[in-house]
Amino acid sequence: MEYKILFKDYNKALKQNRLLGLKCADCGKVTCPPMMVCQECAGTNLQIQELSGKGKVVSFTTSYLNSEGRENELPITIVLVELEEGPWIMGNLDDVDPKRVNMNLIGTRVSLGHRVFPGDKYSAGNAARPVFSYAEI
Amino acid sequence: MRRVVVLGGGHSKFCYNSPKTSVEMLSEVAIDAIRESNLSVKDIQAVNVGNVLGDFSEGQGMVQSFFANDIGCFNVPATRFEGACASGSLALRDAFIWIASGYYDIVLVGGVERATAMGTALATRTFAMFGDSRYEFPSGFTFPAAFGLLAHLYAYRYGIPLERLKEQMAAVSVQSHEYAMKNPNAQIQKKLTKEEVLNSFMVTTPIQLHDACPFSDGAAAVVLASEEVARKLTDQPVYICGIGQTSSGKLSSQYRYLPRLRARELAAEQAYRMAGLTPKDIDVCELHDCFSIAAIIAAEGLGLFEFGTAGEAWERGETRLEGRIPINISGGLKAKGHPIGATGVSQAYELTRQLRGQLAEQGRQVDGARYGLMDTLGGDGVLVSIIFSNQ
Ligand SMILES: [Zn+2]
Repeated sequence: MEYKILFKDYNKALKQNRLLGLKCADCGKVTCPPMMVCQECAGTNLQIQELSGKGKVVSFTTSYLNSEGRENELPITIVLVELEEGPWIMGNLDDVDPKRVNMNLIGTRVSLGHRVFPGDKYSAGNAARPVFSYAEI
Repeated sequence: MRRVVVLGGGHSKFCYNSPKTSVEMLSEVAIDAIRESNLSVKDIQAVNVGNVLGDFSEGQGMVQSFFANDIGCFNVPATRFEGACASGSLALRDAFIWIASGYYDIVLVGGVERATAMGTALATRTFAMFGDSRYEFPSGFTFPAAFGLLAHLYAYRYGIPLERLKEQMAAVSVQSHEYAMKNPNAQIQKKLTKEEVLNSFMVTTPIQLHDACPFSDGAAAVVLASEEVARKLTDQPVYICGIGQTSSGKLSSQYRYLPRLRARELAAEQAYRMAGLTPKDIDVCELHDCFSIAAIIAAEGLGLFEFGTAGEAWERGETRLEGRIPINISGGLKAKGHPIGATGVSQAYELTRQLRGQLAEQGRQVDGARYGLMDTLGGDGVLVSIIFSNQ
């Protein structure tokens, strides 16, 4: 059985600010980032769906330490976002002074952009990651 | 299924910048374990080793075979187990299954890591390999960051003001340092105050330096044997009476369940069911406190406290030696140290000594302990629970 969305296809779409997910015809739930099966019911009856990229912050952390070769990105705010369609994804938060990030961020509405991690010698190439900013209301 | 006994053990002092290689650290504790078991290397039928990052820290893969050869266990089957920080626990659990099934009678289980040889930047990079490399690492994922995310989520979910949670987290670290000072094998032998925790370097909000375990070098080993073999070798058998192991995927895929870790709860359930015990029966626990918030989440996931209340329990002293459920009386990962391949084996070594009543001299014996529970978390998705009994 083949993947409906390979990482390379997800990555290519994210570089165009398009977020690809999988809608399950069995349970109706959406999986993103993509997997082989539905993350809720393990069903394989999946359709590719382009997601809105909108959601709300469910948690956050501002890091002052990072992996070798990525020190120039610090400080960096990492967020878990619950997408409108249901799944959670990890990304970064832009538009915000890390010193002013606090618990009030949880619940804030955000929308998707992206930035590319160029990769390092262990990562088998680059990878776009979601970078969120405050949603326009 | 046969009953399986933990015989002897060996444990290095956990440290920074070990002058010894991984093979050397592991060989020394393995010989100690074999001698304490009243056995010789010729009695060892198989070797299981937990090791995670030897490839990066020393350019040494397949440490298990070089180690087996170094101690004179020539040509025995030697297998390396890799499940990030739970690697040693995987090695232990599989050795149990092999003996319980009747295939082997005596298996040597070891674990070793020499992480500090990598330095902090490369160590942080390689530890992050146990998160999702494609979908989460690009966002700057590290394990401190993962627990920063869980800490904020925990405060939000249970309605605990962050300042209160931070004090509870500090209480976890302070207690661990106190007991590590009584453990000669502990890496950090230094009293820690709440103020020092709260004033330490901010690693990733709200995790500060003293909410986190150190990078560590060290090794531990135990010998497991069938009950029949053990009967001739020891009059203080400690049995493995319950095991559980589960897996889980990337952090975001665990979404609605967070900050609880479903996989831990399932692994613990397996172990309790097999042992015919409930959390109330546990007398002493060694759990995976890679970060202070991780200890709080673990204690709740193991059923030792209600959700949202474990931090208060630490503050009230319920987790102390004389408390309702003594936790991490070894100093925990925080202060005993966390050489990741060895950690699970070290937990087993510690609980075996607690259940034999051998820690009175160190001033950290849980009186009359009968049942000990160990919990290990590897990366985003290897969970192991093992229950030990002295009856
Ligand atoms: Zn489904």
